[in-house]
Amino acid sequence: MAGTIGAALLPRKRLQVPTLTLYIGRTLHPSKSIVSPVSTAAPTLADTTRSPLPAGGICCDLHPGVPSNAALLPYLEDYWADTVQQRGVHPLDTIGYPVNAPLTCRPDWRIEGQKPGTSLERLRTDALDAFGLSAAIANCIYGVQLLFSEDMAKAFARAINSWLAAEWLAKEPRLRASIVVPTQSPEAAADEIDYWAQDRRFVQVLMIVMDELPLGRRYYWPIYEAAARNGLPVGIHAGSAYKHPVTPVGWPSYLVEDYGAQSLAFQAMTTSLICEGVFAKFPDLKVVFLESGVTWLPAHLWRLTKFWRGMRSEIPWVTEPPWEIARRHIRLSTQPLDLPEGDGEAAATLERLIEHLRSDEMFLFATDYPHWQYDGLAALPEGLSQDLIRKMMVDNPRATYARL
Amino acid sequence: MAATARAREKHVVATLAEMPPGARKLVKIGTREIALFNIDGEFFAVLDRCPHQGGSLCKGRLIGLVESDQPGEYHYSRPQQIVRCPWHGWEFDLRTGQSRVDPTSIRVRPYPVEVADGSAVREGPYKAEVFDVSVEDQYVVIEL
Amino acid sequence: MTPPTAQILDRADDKHTGKNTLAIADCDVHVVPGDMQRELFPFLEKRWQDYMAAYGSRPRQGFAGGPAYPKGQPDAARRDAYPPNGGKPGSNLEFMRAHHLDPLNVQMAVLNPLRTGQGMQNLEYATAFSRAINDWQVAEWTSKEPRTKASVVVTYEDAPAAVKEIEARAGDPNFVQVLLLSRSAEPFGQKRYLPMFEAAAASGLPVGIHAFGYGGAPVTGGGWPSYYLEEMIGHAQCQQALLMSLVMEGVFERCPDLKIVLVEAGFAWLPSLCWRMDKLWARMRDEVPHVKRPPSEYVREQVWLTTQPMEEPEVKPHLLDTVKWIGWDKLLFATDYPHWDFDHPDHALPVRVTEEQKTGFFLQNALDLYKPQPVA
Repeated sequence: MAGTIGAALLPRKRLQVPTLTLYIGRTLHPSKSIVSPVSTAAPTLADTTRSPLPAGGICCDLHPGVPSNAALLPYLEDYWADTVQQRGVHPLDTIGYPVNAPLTCRPDWRIEGQKPGTSLERLRTDALDAFGLSAAIANCIYGVQLLFSEDMAKAFARAINSWLAAEWLAKEPRLRASIVVPTQSPEAAADEIDYWAQDRRFVQVLMIVMDELPLGRRYYWPIYEAAARNGLPVGIHAGSAYKHPVTPVGWPSYLVEDYGAQSLAFQAMTTSLICEGVFAKFPDLKVVFLESGVTWLPAHLWRLTKFWRGMRSEIPWVTEPPWEIARRHIRLSTQPLDLPEGDGEAAATLERLIEHLRSDEMFLFATDYPHWQYDGLAALPEGLSQDLIRKMMVDNPRATYARL
Repeated sequence: MAATARAREKHVVATLAEMPPGARKLVKIGTREIALFNIDGEFFAVLDRCPHQGGSLCKGRLIGLVESDQPGEYHYSRPQQIVRCPWHGWEFDLRTGQSRVDPTSIRVRPYPVEVADGSAVREGPYKAEVFDVSVEDQYVVIEL
Repeated sequence: MTPPTAQILDRADDKHTGKNTLAIADCDVHVVPGDMQRELFPFLEKRWQDYMAAYGSRPRQGFAGGPAYPKGQPDAARRDAYPPNGGKPGSNLEFMRAHHLDPLNVQMAVLNPLRTGQGMQNLEYATAFSRAINDWQVAEWTSKEPRTKASVVVTYEDAPAAVKEIEARAGDPNFVQVLLLSRSAEPFGQKRYLPMFEAAAASGLPVGIHAFGYGGAPVTGGGWPSYYLEEMIGHAQCQQALLMSLVMEGVFERCPDLKIVLVEAGFAWLPSLCWRMDKLWARMRDEVPHVKRPPSEYVREQVWLTTQPMEEPEVKPHLLDTVKWIGWDKLLFATDYPHWDFDHPDHALPVRVTEEQKTGFFLQNALDLYKPQPVA
């Protein structure tokens, strides 16, 4: 069964796109231009041989890159393939991850002359092999949610999922993927979920944390209904549709603030998903926060629960303390992991935060390949207990993703 | 069994006439402050101290019980039988003292209340230091 | 059914305020004119009196008569905080003395008037209103009650006007800080606001940034939530965003004497934000070369937080981890009187702490920062 949908969607015809070549050429930037002030810790081979992580782990967040719209043309319906070419539709990369910005790709993971994450071969060696992974979930971050035309968004979502199935999943058995959905139309998104859910290699639905409406709003519920119907968690990744300022006090000046603000949005969406009653309505639904920063969670739940105690009559469908609901329904991928620097301090702080959460079942290991969050194989802080590492790398992902 | 059972003390805290439906009163018995309510002719008494930060429940607004079967639905019943703390809005069921949030771990102490005739009150074991009890009147009595 | 009016309490016995023997500073107390015409108009030019009457205060939100999200309680107030002779909570000095300052043993109360000119679309009006409310604080509060200290309310969306007001009040012992609201039109680190922070730093007054305001942007980066509860929670994210802006735009670097107090958004979110900013700064410092040191260092040196509404962990002592990560010397106790999400000092600290920690937390940190001086 697996793969049949992808096969059915293989291009009906290859479109010749000479005009795009030049365009694509202009969007590429040589990786050697990257200069980072803190690239002193360039990973060496020695690092990789000292991996503290056990083999067979599951990475719950890595990113295959869409090289260009040309790569999607074979997977777009004819009208949209022509439209993309005739209108010269720009790549849907966002200002959230500028191609050459340090965070977008680790220096040693850059590919000469190509966009980050666009080589399956490199993803194999840099991530799957290097970390000894048994499985990894590919979350394709391409700005579908930014489009204002729900029709175009629908076409791109379908094309991306088809491309993922054919170019990645079909070629690498360790890979799984998330279903990209056009949130501009929750009904179309639900159709997309039902369609790809038949392919067991798609293990979750993918949204971004800052869309047009807070994610708990009932407008989006057809998406959650479809996810629940198919037994799929909903992954919510950092990123904005840029339909509002990324901070509640307006547009910031710098990327460092834009990325910084992602964790604030995750806080807001935790509030939204719980208060609006998503988990009351869909009691089996799990939501996975991807690239959230993680450590904001306990303090946020303390605040949320405090106010819920006083204002619960405004949302009487929330009948349990929010921290209880979060423990049951929310999971978080572990890169980036916002912790203090210093030997042992990161691990000790993380273990303390787990005590604050009163659960060690919420964190899911992630490499966040190819984003530059850490160097070498230090995807987890040194000094964590083997038991916790195993939980994060194997047990928790398996408990979250029924299809793994 | 009988040896350990402590006889409940009954305290006369108000005349029935001063506590018509809708009335409330803060009463002090020993060191304890107790909020007394007459809701549609039925009396309720709870310790006048929110277990959260100590707000005076006697000053709280009485609301109904808000429940929900699913998001967007509000079922409103038992009008005025829930007191909301005047500080942080925590809700307590006057009948049981239970908090609407974390009912298993958060509650305010409720006390039994009864209305007694003056003739009965005079005979005891009621304590009514502050009242001249008249046989013609009726009284509100809190059991401790 | 008994009519709702039956709920009005006999206020003969108003002792039940929760007595407190420990001396405290209350770094967030809200005052409001009981009668605009009588109390405020003496300080407002005729033109703006007329404007207020005809057009009212028009902030960047839709409702003329109240906030975008109706509050959890009338006037967002504790229901027991209404003065017995009428008027709004926080409008009556005598009642506040008896109900709050005396029983809670408040040594210093920092007054933060809200909805008094700040965030209004008409900047000229906002400036006139702000100036009037500052005069009013002196006339009705600080000159009558030495325990109260005023905040310089400024029109932060018009930095030159704010600078003027700050300079006019600098050195006046009635005032202990400059007051901004957190939800500005743009993040406070942006250039247009810088002169205001420079003026505050030069004046020696800390800048208190209180939750709320009317910047026009949704309270989440992903749009407007449905419920008041969500908006309330969101104020902590607003403070995080503006703090990140102040750091990353280099405001602290440019104004090493600037002291910022983040008011009424709790504090437990700060450690995670600092860890995040430090990492991101290390990764992208070529984007912000004007930020010379790790963000957490600026925060450690130049930022304080009022405590209310204090986060309440599931296991209470866990809060002590958070306080330790922030520093016992950086937290300023506040009740938020007379508002409904008031924190009582008896319940503020979860477990026993040292006398030194306690004294700092409840009183000394605030006295060290605000350095209140007697009014001659």
